[in-house]
Amino acid sequence: MKFGTEMPIPAAGVAPRDGGPLVVNGLKIETIERGAGRPLLFLHPGIGLDPKAAVLDLLAAKTRLIAPSHPGFGASDLAPVMTTVEDLSYFYLDLMDALDLRDTIVVGVGFGAWIAAATAIKSTARMSHLVMANAVGIKVGDRETRDIADIFAMQDADFAKLAYFDPKLGERDYKSMATAEVAAVARNRESLARFAWQPFMHDPKLKSRLHRIRIPTLILWGTHDRVLREGYGRAYCAAIPNARFEPIEKAGHLPHIEQPQVFADRVLAFAGA
Amino acid sequence: MRVYHFTEQAYPPAWENHPGTLRVTLPNRLVDPKIASDLFHRYYDEWQLADELGLDVMLNEHHQTATCMSSTCIVGLSILARITKRARLLVLGYPLGHRPDPLRCAEELATVDVISRGRLDMGFVKGVPYEFGPSNQNPVRVMDRFWDAHDFIIKAMTTHDAPFSWESEFFHYRHVNIWPRPYQQPHPPVWSTTGSRGSARVLGERGLAMATLGTGYATRPLYDAYREGYVAKFGKLPTADRFAYLGLVAVADNEEEAHRRGKAVSVYLPMSAVVAPEFRNPPGYLSVEDNVRLLRGETKPRTGTKDGRFIDMRVASVQDLVDTGVLFCGTPDQVYDQIVAFAEYCGGMGNLLMMGQAGTMSHEVTADNLTLFAKEVLPRLKEYKQPVGELAA
Repeated sequence: MKFGTEMPIPAAGVAPRDGGPLVVNGLKIETIERGAGRPLLFLHPGIGLDPKAAVLDLLAAKTRLIAPSHPGFGASDLAPVMTTVEDLSYFYLDLMDALDLRDTIVVGVGFGAWIAAATAIKSTARMSHLVMANAVGIKVGDRETRDIADIFAMQDADFAKLAYFDPKLGERDYKSMATAEVAAVARNRESLARFAWQPFMHDPKLKSRLHRIRIPTLILWGTHDRVLREGYGRAYCAAIPNARFEPIEKAGHLPHIEQPQVFADRVLAFAGA
Repeated sequence: MRVYHFTEQAYPPAWENHPGTLRVTLPNRLVDPKIASDLFHRYYDEWQLADELGLDVMLNEHHQTATCMSSTCIVGLSILARITKRARLLVLGYPLGHRPDPLRCAEELATVDVISRGRLDMGFVKGVPYEFGPSNQNPVRVMDRFWDAHDFIIKAMTTHDAPFSWESEFFHYRHVNIWPRPYQQPHPPVWSTTGSRGSARVLGERGLAMATLGTGYATRPLYDAYREGYVAKFGKLPTADRFAYLGLVAVADNEEEAHRRGKAVSVYLPMSAVVAPEFRNPPGYLSVEDNVRLLRGETKPRTGTKDGRFIDMRVASVQDLVDTGVLFCGTPDQVYDQIVAFAEYCGGMGNLLMMGQAGTMSHEVTADNLTLFAKEVLPRLKEYKQPVGELAA
């Protein structure tokens, strides 16, 4: 691999400008791609990615936004061998190679932020900035103290109360949604459990490896998050050398949904885009 | 026809004033160990009676629930291996989906088979949805893990000349050589359960004995799916002993008492369903397609009567439950006729798994239920000539 000025056509496939499927390692990956400029790789949380989310256009106003659905989520293929976030982190290293991304702003929310951290500890060669919002993925408490609410043992309404500043945003009318959308909800839930059932929503080793992330890192935190507590986010921040912690008010576990303008402004200002 | 007496070994004192669930999170302060002890001894006395009466016996396993105190089926099987003399001992099922260590399973089951002198029937199941929270085994891909464990257990039971290794996706062992090895050769009979045509077909292809639980007049399509799988693999129709059906049984020498017993035993149905909704459907247990239907409120009710009515088992009358084939209830002649009619409907059903104790049925009534059944119904069922099941047109 040469990091020259030439842009080679990667063997694994190229994303067409109209957002059609990207192919990486033989997997068709549903990808939203909008805007132009420095690449911004957006890694969605466990509930998936809504193409109509306001934050996407706000980020794409100043960057080349690349927002894939993780393997197994949305309509993206899944390789049977992929069962851990480790597998997803290697996948994203391959995706960045396939697209020859350089100076990438990597932005992850929740489960997507865990993937971002797991990827960054391996290599930040293709990254310039890392943003993690309400990230899961590390263990902070002792053996009898769980850090993360068990989202697999609650109903939708209870998850909404914990995850959102405004729980009404978590409501869904499945009868009126398109079948493909309802299927994505079911598939995302299954895939999240595939990757994160046990140990629950974390990698016991990750915290001890975060020191490897040496690029500027921003930890955003929707302060109304009741899936996680703020101390967890601050511990995450303290474990990354060049990280700073910025709260976002009137937002919970998914600040990119509840405060899209504030979220986008913070990301773009931080990355100097 | 074989008949197995089954009870879930419940703890009924905790059923009153429950907080909306009898399972998973109901605090264990509510199970008094002294009362539990008395109940266990009672249930094992009833199994011992069943053995003396000529019935076979069945037990199961559940976790963290007031509906079943049998949290480890091996304890129960071990007791039965010693206190019974002639009954077949069926575990249905041993939940492979909740076990991280199938070597332990192979050793336990081989030992029970040896102590019972070859009376074990091994029923393997994946585990009910709401117990993946407690066991913390992943419900996603549970069937992949199930068959991996099943295949390993069979190999452990049938490999005799040197230790073997096993390095599958789910389980790693380096020197497997179980002592003792099973009494029955090549291994105890393997059973499983089904709730869907797809899995019924797979069981037919593997030739396992297949049970359905309370499926009433929706049972035939499942048996037919099994037959398709069996014929595809073995080139001939399966015999009736491949099929089992679990139903509640209440018999008495007069209809009024039988009706009372039917009501008592049927309390099992609403109690069994008291599960907090957040545990009922873990991710990956149902397919994406089935989850789409569930999210949209489109699932079809499961239990139908012979004449096509759907009933809610939790509030159904004794007669409704008899009409669905979920409960066999009446005088000995009536119960015999109901069971035979059901077996004819199934195209052959060789194993009745009778819940002879359930719900609020007392020890005295259970003992009488079993005794009357064994004296008046069982001999006729043993003489009954099973139909030869045919493939659906």
